[in-house]
Amino acid sequence: MIKLINVYKEFPRSGLALKNVSFHLRKGEFAFLIGPSGAGKTTVLQLIHMAEQPTDGEVRVSGNSSNRMKRRDVSKLRRRVGMVFQTFRLLRDRTAAENLAFALEVTGARRSEIKAKVQRLLAQVGLASRAGAYPDELSGGEQQRIAIARALIHDPVVLLADEPTGNLDERAARGVFELTRDINSSGTAVLIATHDLELVRRYPQYRVIELAEGAVVYDSGDSDGVS
Amino acid sequence: MASHSVREALAAFRRAPGLAFLSATSIGLSLFVMGTFGLVAYNVDVTLRTIERRVEVVAYLRDDVSAAQLELLQSDVISFPEVQAITHVSKFEAMRNAMQQLEEFRDVFTDLEMNPLPASIEIQMKPDFRDPTSVARVADLVALYPFVEDVRYGREWVEKIYQLRRLGGAVAAVLGIAFAVVAILIIGTTVRMAVLARREEIIVMQLVGATDGFIRRPFQLEGFITGLAGGGLALLLTYAAYLAVDGSLIELEWLPPLWATIGLLAGGLLGLVASDAALRRHLVTYG
Repeated sequence: MIKLINVYKEFPRSGLALKNVSFHLRKGEFAFLIGPSGAGKTTVLQLIHMAEQPTDGEVRVSGNSSNRMKRRDVSKLRRRVGMVFQTFRLLRDRTAAENLAFALEVTGARRSEIKAKVQRLLAQVGLASRAGAYPDELSGGEQQRIAIARALIHDPVVLLADEPTGNLDERAARGVFELTRDINSSGTAVLIATHDLELVRRYPQYRVIELAEGAVVYDSGDSDGVS
Repeated sequence: MASHSVREALAAFRRAPGLAFLSATSIGLSLFVMGTFGLVAYNVDVTLRTIERRVEVVAYLRDDVSAAQLELLQSDVISFPEVQAITHVSKFEAMRNAMQQLEEFRDVFTDLEMNPLPASIEIQMKPDFRDPTSVARVADLVALYPFVEDVRYGREWVEKIYQLRRLGGAVAAVLGIAFAVVAILIIGTTVRMAVLARREEIIVMQLVGATDGFIRRPFQLEGFITGLAGGGLALLLTYAAYLAVDGSLIELEWLPPLWATIGLLAGGLLGLVASDAALRRHLVTYG
């Protein structure tokens, strides 16, 4: 479903970020992408989200190739690939429900469909009672749950998470992580970039892809991570 | 989708009315300079056209020209493609005109035993043929007739007017482009500020899969409306300048409606182009 084939990525200023990276994330799979800061984890996620183009090699997502992708197709692909960040990226001047509704409005959803979907997603992430709260009134864990709900709004085939628990205390982090497991159990593939090795050790059943200095140095490959 | 663009564009004006006012005013002032120049250019053109209308070739005839020869000349000349009309001025009419126009010499003319002034043919040129080459061509052709004594057409004047009009056109084009660039830079900066202010919103839109067109449209609309408002302001200021000058200093003619409409729409179009250019750079990727 997601394939990186001999991918190289070079940035004009910072140089080579990825060197010959290849892996295949299957439908419904759960995997950790680990490595120290600067190893290239975020770059891998950006390539899958088609926010960056590989310098060499190919990225395939849900049948779309980075080599043949047109700019106008990227926006459609992004509805199939949910993404969350360490910093949540919520709009501060909108409530939790409005943040979710915004993601539907800007992709041309009908009003009638928006309300029902927002309520369902808020319930799914356990925040139905916080619909009217602004991001600054929510805890870090709650904000990340809203960000995850937003990433799921178009029923994506994969959820990409870039250090999703990096800004959270242990309890909130655990709650957010459990939420990603729930999402995975309903069939959505999950790829979590993290440098939290403790978290990775706690769930040995999931696949681990390790990056160091832009190259894959370890891939547990076919584990029992396929749901 | 379209209603979202309108809503967002109007919301942008509500969010930062000061900025919107400032940019519309800046665009208005830069287009006003263009408008004033347009007014001057138009009036110079009108004046030159009036002068140009007087461009004519005068063929002075020999005294012994026969009626048949005169008729031949007239029918030949009127068939030239460059010629609009001809007027025959007889010796008698020439004398009468001279006495009317040069009143102080009336006595001199009266004392003359014979009329020394020649008969002539005054040839008016068609508007498209008032350039030096066409005028000279007609003059040269007419001079070929043996009963034509002399041909005059104020060669220097014709050339000067022609040069002035060409120079005016070139200056108008250069200044027009210069002020259009200034207006584009102003609108571009305004839109860039609006884009920066709403950067997070744009990033979220990109994240969740909004198309570039969807993201861009409200900004384009905002640029268009700002440009249009600037164009309207420029038109008002130019009209005020026209009223202040007309009659008190010199007689002016107001711009034709087509020019004014084009000016107004040009403001809107500049706004659209500038916002699009400013936005294009910000839509490459999120980060």
